[in-house]
Amino acid sequence: MFKKILIANRGEIACRVIKTAKKMGIQTVAIYSDADRNALHVKMADEAVHIGPPPANQSYIVIDKVMDAIRQTGAEAVHPGYGFLSENAKFAEALEAEGVAFIGPPKGAIEAMGDKITSKKIAQDAKVSTVPGYMGLIEDADEAVKISNDIGYPVMIKASAGGGGKGMRIAWNDQEAREGFQSSKNEAANSFGDDRIFIEKFVTQPRHIEIQVLCDKHGNGVFLHERECSIQRRNQKVIEEAPSPFLDEATRKAMGDQSVALAKAVGYSSAGTVEFIVDGDKNFYFLEMNTRLQVEHPVTELITGVDLVEQMIRVAAGEELPMQQSDLTINGWAMESRLYAEDPYRNFLPSIGRLTRYRPPAEVAGGPMLENGKWNTPDGKAGATSDRHAVRNDTGVYEGGEISMFYDPMIAKLCTWGRDRAEAIEEMRLALDGFEVEGIGHNLPFLAAVYDHEKFTSGNMTTAFIEEEYPEGFDGVELPDDDIKRIAAATSAMHRVAEIRRTRVTGRMDNHERHVGADWVVTLQGQSHDVTIGADKAGATVAIGDDTYRVESDWTPGQPLARLDVDGTPLVLKVGKIPGGFHVRYRGADLKVHVRSPRQAELAKLMPEKLPPDTSKMLLCPMPGLIVKVDVEVGDEVQEGQALCTVEAMKMENILRAERKGIVSKINAGAGDSLAVDDVIMEFE
Amino acid sequence: MKDILQELEDRRAVARMGGGAKRIESQHAKGKLTARERIELLLDADSFEEFDMFVAHRCTDFGMEQQRPPGDGVVTGWGTINGRMVYMFSQDFTVFGGSLSETHAQKICKIMDMAMQNGAPVIGINDSGGARIQEGVASLAGYAEVFQRNIMASGVVPQISVIMGPCAGGAVYSPAMTDFIFMVKDSSYMFVTGPDVVKTVTNEVVTAEELGGASTHTKKSSVADGAFENDVEALAEVRRLVDFLPLNNRAKPPTRPFFDDVNRIEDSLDTLIPDNPNTPYDMKELILKLGDEGDFYEIQEDFAKNIITGFVRLEGSTVGVVANQPMVLAGCLDIDSSRKAARFVRFCDAFEIPILTLVDVPGFLPGTSQEYGGVIKHGAKLLFAYGEATVPKVTVITRKAYGGAYDVMASKHLRGDFNYAWPTAEIAVMGAKGATEIIHRADLGDEEKIAQHTQDYEDRFANPFVAAEKGFIDEVIMPHSTRRRVCRAFASLRGKSLQNPWKKHDNIPL
Repeated sequence: MFKKILIANRGEIACRVIKTAKKMGIQTVAIYSDADRNALHVKMADEAVHIGPPPANQSYIVIDKVMDAIRQTGAEAVHPGYGFLSENAKFAEALEAEGVAFIGPPKGAIEAMGDKITSKKIAQDAKVSTVPGYMGLIEDADEAVKISNDIGYPVMIKASAGGGGKGMRIAWNDQEAREGFQSSKNEAANSFGDDRIFIEKFVTQPRHIEIQVLCDKHGNGVFLHERECSIQRRNQKVIEEAPSPFLDEATRKAMGDQSVALAKAVGYSSAGTVEFIVDGDKNFYFLEMNTRLQVEHPVTELITGVDLVEQMIRVAAGEELPMQQSDLTINGWAMESRLYAEDPYRNFLPSIGRLTRYRPPAEVAGGPMLENGKWNTPDGKAGATSDRHAVRNDTGVYEGGEISMFYDPMIAKLCTWGRDRAEAIEEMRLALDGFEVEGIGHNLPFLAAVYDHEKFTSGNMTTAFIEEEYPEGFDGVELPDDDIKRIAAATSAMHRVAEIRRTRVTGRMDNHERHVGADWVVTLQGQSHDVTIGADKAGATVAIGDDTYRVESDWTPGQPLARLDVDGTPLVLKVGKIPGGFHVRYRGADLKVHVRSPRQAELAKLMPEKLPPDTSKMLLCPMPGLIVKVDVEVGDEVQEGQALCTVEAMKMENILRAERKGIVSKINAGAGDSLAVDDVIMEFE
Repeated sequence: MKDILQELEDRRAVARMGGGAKRIESQHAKGKLTARERIELLLDADSFEEFDMFVAHRCTDFGMEQQRPPGDGVVTGWGTINGRMVYMFSQDFTVFGGSLSETHAQKICKIMDMAMQNGAPVIGINDSGGARIQEGVASLAGYAEVFQRNIMASGVVPQISVIMGPCAGGAVYSPAMTDFIFMVKDSSYMFVTGPDVVKTVTNEVVTAEELGGASTHTKKSSVADGAFENDVEALAEVRRLVDFLPLNNRAKPPTRPFFDDVNRIEDSLDTLIPDNPNTPYDMKELILKLGDEGDFYEIQEDFAKNIITGFVRLEGSTVGVVANQPMVLAGCLDIDSSRKAARFVRFCDAFEIPILTLVDVPGFLPGTSQEYGGVIKHGAKLLFAYGEATVPKVTVITRKAYGGAYDVMASKHLRGDFNYAWPTAEIAVMGAKGATEIIHRADLGDEEKIAQHTQDYEDRFANPFVAAEKGFIDEVIMPHSTRRRVCRAFASLRGKSLQNPWKKHDNIPL
């Protein structure tokens, strides 16, 4: 076994690999750029080598620099993580030349699978199901119709040079195929100056399901079942799970067997992933093979108990796989949520800056990983274990750390395991509720919203889920009445605790203290509820109309995370202050909660409702930054998409463009002005 | 007998109706509460004790004798906020537009006299059209009587003004002399002369909101210390402020049970200071992580944002915080920030509230507008305020403490009790580059040499140890343990006794 390995990566995946290496007693070397000087992976590794300036193309993906770091530290093997150099055959070659082991597949396999056309060809030869299509040149509409019939409707008619939906048609019958061919051809000629057209099967109700394979250098290969990654936003995976709620045993086995066959066909070793697109009738078609460890590998680990990184290292060291296909059963269900530093309320705009607060939920070891004794506690410290659930958080950041603009905005992967899908989802909801991230915009509320979405919980989703369900972006969710009442009960009990404390201030008039009452009115999400609180030592009984809620908690004023128990079920709220009330975040909702005495509530009703100013005719500054230049003047007529001004933020110039046609009526900022988020830069008529 | 008792109830009922149902309705239609409704929100339930409910004016001109509503346009009395006594008055816009008459003023004076005698804060709710014109000079005399009491009460009991409607002309000067002014957005305004007069005299066309609304006074003029969305929110937040304040200048700042750990370690503070000395960071994060339960009551949040002022609690007890904000103008001192902080420091000192100063200051802002505006005199206010303050003073230098601004920001030399520095502190006359260009003027043409000199200067002075060697810094502390160190420092100063020499009063450079 290796004594020392270098991890040619950063962030959570570098930390993830270091954890397994430590468990195996292997020394670790981290590499880091200027931006990662204080990063978590650097702190965790035994040694760290500086490899250059922040941009990855000047540091993490410069093969020479990584090779230097290897020579400097005497590392015997390199784990590339994902991204960066993980699928770079030249890198594998460079390592081979110096006799350093690559913890990944042989370079031939990387090359073979790296090219879309070659890989499809190899897959076809290995009898892997591929999307039926005709790649040759199509002469005329008649031929197009004939080919379409051979493939079977529906088909997609695409321009070879196409992109962005241009020159693309879907045809369900001969007539549509004929028309589609002609219009695609014309459009392609006009748009790309290249009218070559090809036709392939149009996959309806597509789902993204992939198979994890693991092969050694002795010709053994197994598959570790599937992961479903259909919840994607613009091809960026957001939520993954294992197994898929869609597959049956026969389809699973067929996909698994074909995947192993493909791996063997290219002489694969190490961990790899074969991606398929699966239609509504469970027909599956090969998309591509990823010759590396996938981001979403933890869900596979959680249901199989196999530490994939450990197996990759062992395979690289020449060991034989310790398991047979028959050893690999699916045990329970696992979910993964990718926490992105992207603000869902601002159209998922990347958010960078300092993590003023970062408190992930406590990790719990459980499920197959625990049974196999390979993952005693996920964070490497003594912690909770359970046979009913598991919580795992793979992260590369820490409180007080900086999210920089140079790398992927993913800051953590939160995984839960349960005995079935419903349990895994419920654990995930609780874990997301208890995940505190402040200082940057992040997608926690959006993730929580998806886990509460009926289409997701029923398992009936496709890759178009986010596009279809959130066409206008994400604007928070409305909570159901039951949740609202539970929160009303909880916050009124919390408010009462805070108010009682206020009456214990020094300097009060003896015998004329304030008495905190039992009756309150809670206002949230546009509703008001009259509540009566009966408190005792253990908690409070809150009556709302005819319902009563038992609230127990050790929450004290000022705690930003309130862990409560309402009628025996946990309720975890993120609590902040607003004038005269609480700012509560729960699941996908962001609420302003006011708890008032009945008289206060009566008077509050007299207060005018102030609508937020109409910003539709304003250009707002999307991030704190400096105005570099303003491109228009008052009175100018601007067209949609026209550049209006440039804002520099964190050394990046962002050009702000007109969303629609209009006339500039007022300009409030000029070059050199430093603006905050939502400051009005200019107004339109 | 019963009739006699009933007579009282009847009279009370009349007084409580103020200007009558119709005017109350019109007050509500403007999004405003009535004088009595505001009192209900300001004070603990059922704690209000009224004075002078039946006082009526004595004017006989212009037919005024025909209308003598009981109370005369202001409701006065005392009550409690979380059990602590306050005196208060609330002007009733439904009665003669809340205008101030001789008797109206007398009612206010009465409770102010009592507040000073009995040592309790005064809270005034202003909603008044101005002087009672029918009374002429008697009304003006009334204002002056109130002014005189504002002046006498200053530094004796805290005075808070809440502007919840118009406050114009001479009327503005009573709030102007109180410790804190809060406004309600969209329904209150303050100005010496209104838009009509402004138009006549200067030809400027301006709305009342632009001239003297909450936004103007919190962002531009700094007349107001804060603004709130509506009456309900404003009064809830005034209650919250009162929880921080001592009742009078002989009382200790209040203490209440707290649910935070005095020894709480904040590891994230170790990375608060960016690697690049010119990169800003948010000083508020430090304030929120130091104070109990992250509870911070900011004063003048929207004005001179390059300095932060406000109250936190440490171990349940009030502490005033003054902190440079590197996010705005690099945290430099200028005219506005000096004025803002100086007034805050003097309030704290007057009411025995200990002061925590967090320093990251690159110096005073240069430029003609600053010099012509008198930055010398305004900067001196802050220097003066710190130097004369006898309350416990704890200072933490997080990064830059350059030049005269170092001296100003509660340095050891201004009787700082505990002067801590983080290891990232740089205490020097100026930044390395500037210093090098002066010391090594002869080498200015030689870039290499200058770079070397700059490096040498940085190595020598860009740290807290030179100052620590001299004892100007008592201790260099780890950022993560700042809360514990600061709490212990203030705990050790609870018995502090320091007197300035006798004087009639000082002569602060106003």
